Amino acid sequence: MREIQEFTLDELKHLFTPQAITGETMVLNMGPQHPSTHGVLRLILELDGEIVLNCVPDIGYLHTGIEKNMEAKTYQKAEVLTDRMDYMYTMGNNLVYCLAVEKLTELKSPARADAIRVILLELSRLQSHLLWIGTSALDLGAMSVFLYAMREREMILDIFELVSGQRMMTTYIRPGGLWRDVPAEFNDAVKQIVDIFPKRIDTYEALLTKNPLFMDRTKGIGKIDTKTALAWDVTGPTLRATGMAHDIRKANPYCGYEQYDFEIPTQTTGDIYGRYKVRVEEMRQSVRIVEQALNKLPFGPVRDNNPKFVPPPRSEIGVSMEALIHHFKLWTEGFTPPVGSVYSTIESPRGEMGLFLESDGSPKPYRVHYRTPSVPLLQIMPILSKGCFVADLIGIIGSIDIVLGDTDR
Amino acid sequence: MNELLTPAVFAIQSRYNGQVSEFRDEVTLLVPAEKIIAATTTLRDEFDFDMLSAETAVDYCPQTTPRFHMVYIFYSTKTHQYITFRAPLNGDNPSIATMETVYPNANWREREIWDLMGIRFEGHSDLRRLLLPPNWEGHPLRKDYPLGYEEVQYTFNFDDIDLRKPKGVR
Amino acid sequence: MGLEQKLGNTGVVTTTLENAVNWSRTNSMWPMLFGLACCAIEMMAAQAANYDMSRFGMELMRASPRQSDLMIVAGRVSQKMAPVLRNLYDQMPDPKWVIAMGDCAACGGVYNNYAVLQGVDEIVPVDIYVAGCPPRPEGLINGVVALHNKIKSERFAKWK
Ligand code: SF4
Repeated sequence: MREIQEFTLDELKHLFTPQAITGETMVLNMGPQHPSTHGVLRLILELDGEIVLNCVPDIGYLHTGIEKNMEAKTYQKAEVLTDRMDYMYTMGNNLVYCLAVEKLTELKSPARADAIRVILLELSRLQSHLLWIGTSALDLGAMSVFLYAMREREMILDIFELVSGQRMMTTYIRPGGLWRDVPAEFNDAVKQIVDIFPKRIDTYEALLTKNPLFMDRTKGIGKIDTKTALAWDVTGPTLRATGMAHDIRKANPYCGYEQYDFEIPTQTTGDIYGRYKVRVEEMRQSVRIVEQALNKLPFGPVRDNNPKFVPPPRSEIGVSMEALIHHFKLWTEGFTPPVGSVYSTIESPRGEMGLFLESDGSPKPYRVHYRTPSVPLLQIMPILSKGCFVADLIGIIGSIDIVLGDTDR
Repeated sequence: MNELLTPAVFAIQSRYNGQVSEFRDEVTLLVPAEKIIAATTTLRDEFDFDMLSAETAVDYCPQTTPRFHMVYIFYSTKTHQYITFRAPLNGDNPSIATMETVYPNANWREREIWDLMGIRFEGHSDLRRLLLPPNWEGHPLRKDYPLGYEEVQYTFNFDDIDLRKPKGVR
Repeated sequence: MGLEQKLGNTGVVTTTLENAVNWSRTNSMWPMLFGLACCAIEMMAAQAANYDMSRFGMELMRASPRQSDLMIVAGRVSQKMAPVLRNLYDQMPDPKWVIAMGDCAACGGVYNNYAVLQGVDEIVPVDIYVAGCPPRPEGLINGVVALHNKIKSERFAKWK
């Protein structure tokens, strides 16, 4: 086993004020095991009393080598690894990968598959925001929101389990469509969520929005403006809370998002409270999208029928020789897309998630790079936390909603 | 090619002799490595590409000229267009000028590339490893770095491998 | 709880010291609040309202290793995290137990590469392995109950 590698102050002195070296200010380590760093994040803080002067994030405690590992797997197998990256938005990770592969191989997912994808993606967004509202409120001392939010989250996970058999790591969205069609109970289960959710969101709001303690700890803290946010490539709710209505779902629509009627919530304050308001409103919009998609769910196939890239349906394998051969070839050799590189993006609950995929014409991806939204969010921690109290730092980490699996990959 | 992109592509092509290629409606410009900063500054200031969406590198080992391609993907929040720049780099220990001066968020992205790919960035303010421990040897995303592989234990070699495996003790 | 029926008038219960000690150990076990990756989310789900681990006396998560008896390694352990994890384990007071939750903690899971430790048992001794990627909350609860049973059958002679 390796030894713990410690930084010396000398190595980091360009990141701190000169007083840190002389000992006038204190350098304090926080994490990687700390209850409110939302995973294994480590922050090295320079403190003047209670005030944070500098904050140096140290990440990589969850570095998993997913990008390298995907290069060693065929396209179908590599998808399994994508689930485990941003583990709060697993469907989205699958989707961005599938969009890239579809672009590369010119597959087209049918209308029904697109609609089901939208429903599941918005449900994923809801569950991610639910966990966020629970944990970030927990960080600020509000316990009951967590219990309520987790209760509702279970309902969504039940739907994931219904369609894919797994609660979190679904791998349900596949290149060219979906793994299989949704079962008959799907519509009723989603309908139930659409019916009860607006009221449940009211409950969370009743607990937090006008709560003076919550407002005291969030208003005016962790501020950022649009210009800085854009320069540092910050996207998602953090950008929208600064007043800029930028959302990939509207700007570069995918999966037929242009057919649905929804708004991009914005706030102008750019602080923790603004981010909270944006996310709560986003939850309402997600419910709206799910409702619309469910109401006009088209019928038809859920997979492209190009047998060179998409496995044939199970029922055909028994009766058609050709289907059997295709199935065998796909699962032993994999498929070979043309040479070239593509970039696909989606809007994850944290911001723009992109995938750069390069193919060299072999059945394995040549290079995979995930552009994840949490990296820029963590990168601006020094800007957000400058001059705040240590206690507020916890609120800031919670408010940008980082997922460490997403930063470290 | 989307007509919103044409002026930018034309400018980069003529001023910095970039080579244009198109694949699946995505425009890629191959720009010489020494002109990359000038080209991106033009792109940002004149054509409103205000975000550096992704920055990464590709290793073409065993080929050596070029061995690496730096890949920059820019996004414009005004026109909602993506454009890709590629800069070829030769040799096993390549270096390129840092993008930090143009887009500050390149800071961590370049640290990550240095960490995993081993490309040096001239003028970078804080070039330390980002993801791996500071004393790590090698750059794992290079093609000549092994993936790392645990031996599989079957019945016949179970005990052999078991002896060699590290064990946690109290 | 059934105990009062055995008390009789004297208010005395006889049992072996082993039983009494093991009983108290199982019923006041404090896990460390320590999540690594995806599995930590399921660990949180196990503590929330639907699954409610406090039914087994496990709800009091301690943020400090010095106050906890049980380390639930929930997630993949990277090479950078491994020494930190061992350090945390060393700081826990005896008696201490480890549950490896999820395939990653048990054997490296789907990652067979340079960055991930191939099973947390390479650095700390593991008492219970919980399979699944991620294990369902019921799976974790089952693992905890299995650990309780294991502790209940511990003998003085084997104590370390
Ligand atoms: S076992 Fe699966 S769910 Fe758990 S940490 Fe590993 S990849 Fe994530």
